[in-house]
Amino acid sequence: MFQVRFHGRGGQGVVTAAELLASAAFREDRHAQAFPSFGSERMGAPVMSFCRIDDQPIRTHEPVTEPDALIIQDPTLLHQAELFQGLGRDGYMLVNSARGFAELGLGEFADGFHRDRLLVVPASSLAMTHLGRPLPGAALLGGFAALTWAVSLDSVLAAINERFTGPVAAGNAAAARAAFDFVRDERKALTIEEARADA
Amino acid sequence: MLKQIEGSRAVAEAVAMCRPQVICAYPITPQTHIVEALSAMVKKDELAAEFLNVESEFAAMSVAIGASAAGARAYTATASQGLLYMSEAVWNAAGLGLPIVMTVANRAIGAPINIWNDHSDAMSQRDAGWLQLYAETSQEALDLHIQAFRIAEELSVPVMVCMDGFLLTHASERADVPEQAQVDAFLPRYEPRQVLDPAAPVSIGAMVGPEAFTEVRYLAYERMRQALGVITETAADFRAQFGRDSGGLVRPYLAEDADIVVVALGSTLGTLKDAVDELRGGGMKIGVLGITSFRPFPADAVREALPGRRVVVLERALAPGAGGIVTADVRAALNQPQDIATVIAGLGGRAITRKSLRAMLTAAAAGELGPLTFLDLDTALVDRELVRMRAARRSGPSAENLLRDLGITASRIG
Repeated sequence: MFQVRFHGRGGQGVVTAAELLASAAFREDRHAQAFPSFGSERMGAPVMSFCRIDDQPIRTHEPVTEPDALIIQDPTLLHQAELFQGLGRDGYMLVNSARGFAELGLGEFADGFHRDRLLVVPASSLAMTHLGRPLPGAALLGGFAALTWAVSLDSVLAAINERFTGPVAAGNAAAARAAFDFVRDERKALTIEEARADA
Repeated sequence: MLKQIEGSRAVAEAVAMCRPQVICAYPITPQTHIVEALSAMVKKDELAAEFLNVESEFAAMSVAIGASAAGARAYTATASQGLLYMSEAVWNAAGLGLPIVMTVANRAIGAPINIWNDHSDAMSQRDAGWLQLYAETSQEALDLHIQAFRIAEELSVPVMVCMDGFLLTHASERADVPEQAQVDAFLPRYEPRQVLDPAAPVSIGAMVGPEAFTEVRYLAYERMRQALGVITETAADFRAQFGRDSGGLVRPYLAEDADIVVVALGSTLGTLKDAVDELRGGGMKIGVLGITSFRPFPADAVREALPGRRVVVLERALAPGAGGIVTADVRAALNQPQDIATVIAGLGGRAITRKSLRAMLTAAAAGELGPLTFLDLDTALVDRELVRMRAARRSGPSAENLLRDLGITASRIG
């Protein structure tokens, strides 16, 4: 089972993002479960959502406490210690930010993980460019596909197109594609860097 | 058709395919998405029903009663305080024998105010005379609604379909959503046993004195006994028509050879089965008995599933001053004195985790589980308040004192 926890703020589409990921996995004939953190959602309040993906039917209905991946939609949440709770050393994390982990004050923290599994992607600015609104959810899912390969970009795009229509679908899909390319290139660069370091 | 779908949406689609003629609703979390979706279907002419936005839950049930008495298939949904607010009409619907179907998106009851899941709301209406069916998954919630209309109309009694608020209503899961033709083949047109018809006038809801009130109540008891058979037959027909097991009275899981059987209702069953699989891997013989029909209580089926075994009843509600609500029924169902432990869990949205279940079941296997346990109780937090209450007469409001101890001024969001 692959378990993902989303952190963001009310109004950013945190719940929608988890649902889109579940929908993308469903398209790949996998079992998926997405759910919010069961709070009263208010604009701006910290919110969480969860997504599980498995080849078996998913029976559990407990929150995700040991995620394989974190998707952080709002970098202003990064100072909260419990944000990273349960993330193992082999875990993945994608942060919506134009700044690197060192700049975000997380350089030391990031050193404890696989270097190519913790990445930032400027999802809000990609969303502004392609969608015209700073809603980072779809872009982060595109980036997530390139980071983890838990779902394919095509499935993410199909899920977006099922959920939205017209320019909103097109904008979100373009943002997801751009974020996918960004993360793929980042990972490639890191791999080359690591190979050089090894040599 | 297989879909990745939110539980509320799945239920709304199932209800729509049951062709209700009157839907009345007053929004309350976490039920709102269901009636929102239905109202959108009516607005778009996808569903030919009267949709009434009423001014309160009391009105919602009253409209359902009126509609049902006039011969319409009537549906509503509510939760928590909303169910309490309509309570008088809830009892009336059952007393009149009107086959209304209502979703209860289970949620705690205040005070303190709490929007999260537990079973206190439905349990508070345990004796109202409604059938109560509890869904384990979104799929089962969907399926139970289709069965509920058939059961309700066959018996002329109202049916509550209980699904865990947020855990099922707000979760996106895989569900097989049937075709309209399949539902039409399964659910016949509503033929009311009693109806307000100007061509053949009758009065419904007359005053009944001591001369016949006991007999009216006896008939309600008798209908509930019949319901045990109708629920079983309906689940069997559903299986034949739709090809999957849903509904019925009880559902055992690895219970045959178990030393300990855990009895539970609703979405906890999935987490529980995962915990049991894990413990069975370690050699512990533990099984599960899911109760789908809480009202009528299937005493025979429960007794058959639990002979000579140690029993743990996992309850998402509490009867203060007594203990476990389901436990009392389980105990009454057993012929011989058996070791029964009650575990109160998941109140007001506290997560029931596999880790906690594993620890609790390990304790149960070692004979270390007391007769009444509160799962994951923060005893230090409780003790601090007990000390305060002993120390000063005006110790203040307990709920707020506890929050202050936890360093929060309002309940944590997320």
